[in-house]
Amino acid sequence: MNRREDWTYEEKALIPPVVDTSRLFWFTAAGLGAIVLWALYAWYYQLQRGLGVTGMGRPVYWGFYITNFVFFIGVSHAGTLISAILRLTRAEWRRPITRAAEIITVAVIAIGASNVIIDLGREDRLFNVIFKPHLTSPLLWDVLSITTYLTGSVLYLYLPTIPDSAILRDKLPHRRWLYGPLSLGWTGTEKQKKLLNRAIAIMAIIMVPIAVSVHTVVSWVFAMTIQPMWHSSIFGPYFVVGAIYSGIAAIIVAMAIIRKGCHLEAFLKPLHFDYLGRLLLVMTLLWTYFTFAEYVTTYYGNSPDEIKVMMSKLTGPYAPYFWTMVICCLPIPLVILGVKRFRTITGTVIASLLINVGMWLERFTIVIPTLSNPRIPRYNVHYTPSWVEVSLMAGCFALFILVYMGFTKLFPIISIWEIEEGREGVQETTERLESYLPEGGEGGEAAGPVPAAASVA
Amino acid sequence: MPRYGMVIDLDRCTACQACVVACKVENNVPFTDPEAAAKGRTMLWIELLAEIEGSFPSLRASLKPRPCLMCDDPPCTKVCPVNATYKNPDGIVAQIYPRCIGCRYCTNACPYGVKLFNWRKPEWPQPMAQGLDPDVSIRPKGVVEKCTFCHQRLQAARERAAWERRPMREEDYQPACAEVCPPNAISFGDLDDEKSEVHRLSHHDRAFRLLAELGTQPKVYFLREVGK
Ligand code: SF4
Ligand code: SF4
Repeated sequence: MNRREDWTYEEKALIPPVVDTSRLFWFTAAGLGAIVLWALYAWYYQLQRGLGVTGMGRPVYWGFYITNFVFFIGVSHAGTLISAILRLTRAEWRRPITRAAEIITVAVIAIGASNVIIDLGREDRLFNVIFKPHLTSPLLWDVLSITTYLTGSVLYLYLPTIPDSAILRDKLPHRRWLYGPLSLGWTGTEKQKKLLNRAIAIMAIIMVPIAVSVHTVVSWVFAMTIQPMWHSSIFGPYFVVGAIYSGIAAIIVAMAIIRKGCHLEAFLKPLHFDYLGRLLLVMTLLWTYFTFAEYVTTYYGNSPDEIKVMMSKLTGPYAPYFWTMVICCLPIPLVILGVKRFRTITGTVIASLLINVGMWLERFTIVIPTLSNPRIPRYNVHYTPSWVEVSLMAGCFALFILVYMGFTKLFPIISIWEIEEGREGVQETTERLESYLPEGGEGGEAAGPVPAAASVA
Repeated sequence: MPRYGMVIDLDRCTACQACVVACKVENNVPFTDPEAAAKGRTMLWIELLAEIEGSFPSLRASLKPRPCLMCDDPPCTKVCPVNATYKNPDGIVAQIYPRCIGCRYCTNACPYGVKLFNWRKPEWPQPMAQGLDPDVSIRPKGVVEKCTFCHQRLQAARERAAWERRPMREEDYQPACAEVCPPNAISFGDLDDEKSEVHRLSHHDRAFRLLAELGTQPKVYFLREVGK
């Protein structure tokens, strides 16, 4: 039973990446680990000396850390939200994607939230937000929605791993101590399957509004102030759209890497990249629409304080960042994703990488220009991040990749049972697809009555 | 309850910055070296707001001393996640240093750029370090601070009036800036007391408030320069 020859096709392909570790993996992990250690040193340095070691000053009281916070929380929309939507709409092609996406959420949301902690002047008093909460503060709403989202996402990631844990428990005796408890006594009976699918469906429904609330509330941290170009009612949906945009892009990049790294070409096909690329194209257009709406109303309204902020982005010191963002998020993805010939794996990955660069710059050009152009002109300070901030940012990215890599060594990055279930359910799926169509007509068994409207036409 | 407020007559102000110095000494406001100042980390609870008016060659600088404006509807207090900044019953927007987590949300929500963050542990060179005010706590690194209308003086004045069994008088409580101003440009008192000077001046036809259109209801008024 435990010999690899006896494993099913899915098991043969998906379990080895969990147990067999290549040398490249270790080298990469070591490199990333070194970056994380360096970032930890930078953090220690900052804890000793205070936030004075950053490049922040008056009036730019928020810098890289808050930008990263918004960016990472945005990317976290990749997993849970997309996976929940795909599950709820019963998109069959989701099967190899969901888990790879869900782990992004869990890893990145924790990293995003730590960026706020790094940004605190008194991290030792962090728990004041629990013991002395002030409910009118949007930051407190953030604490609530992000912890809910993190808890829900962990659960939502965990539930579909249960049957896989049972498989691993049976196939990898030396890791019984781990998968035994994790599989919660799964034996694969009909009743268990029914319960599990129900639980996953319920979680999927719950997670959608929570995910939307998270980035809405993040945007409200800015929008609830009365500062120029922050105080905008469009910010909630604008941030959510941007979050899904960068989230899908992150999934595509992650999928391309595991496809090569774990040799999963047979599972992650060009088709998956094509479909996700189409979704990404829709998000490109939505994001462009929101950005345009945001800037054109500001421009037309012509309120001096807002124009000052806007001009610093369009032609002023932040113009290089702003226009790089525009190029990365609009024309290039539009061409790559819009033309079928370019919507290949390489194409979508290039577009996704650029989109993530662009979305980071978007967060940056939302946070900083408003702060450096206050209503009352006082100072002339330009924000340049210090080595501490840059190191911590690098550390966050390295940590994310490291956690992701570690996860692939714990669980199959593609859900074994879900693929098998998909295979077994082909019959059922065909029937479901047929049920979408009017009965009768070509290929139908019995020609049903022709609908009245059709006969009139 | 009184509603303490201030009226600053810009026609009298000579921009001598005596108020700035008096405040710094009274409130143990941390010393900033030139290096930190270049990074925008100067600590001043009251400072001169400089605005250049007109265009070359008929330029003129307008200078306004600007303490915390003690908004009646402060945008800074509602965003604090831990209630470390709040409007106290005297209408003074106060900071609780031991509670502040240093998130700097309030500094970003104040439209007047009043609030200051302690980027490092405060230090004073000798002999300044010997002249610290024992009535005012020294803020640790990582918290936000700002003008308090010299709240410690209000407490002292209250105690004194209670001790002498008499109601408080206006001259009992004056912040350091108002007290020291050589041309008497700064008046301070209860805005709701119809007999007070600040009440009269705040209804003067030269009176205006900074960014009044934002609806923050500042309790600091300015009197426009005559003929401007
Ligand atoms: S001036 Fe700024 S710090 Fe002072 S009360 Fe108003 S908003 Fe708060
Ligand atoms: S910096 Fe301190 S006072 Fe200001 S909002 Fe944060 S916790 Fe409150």
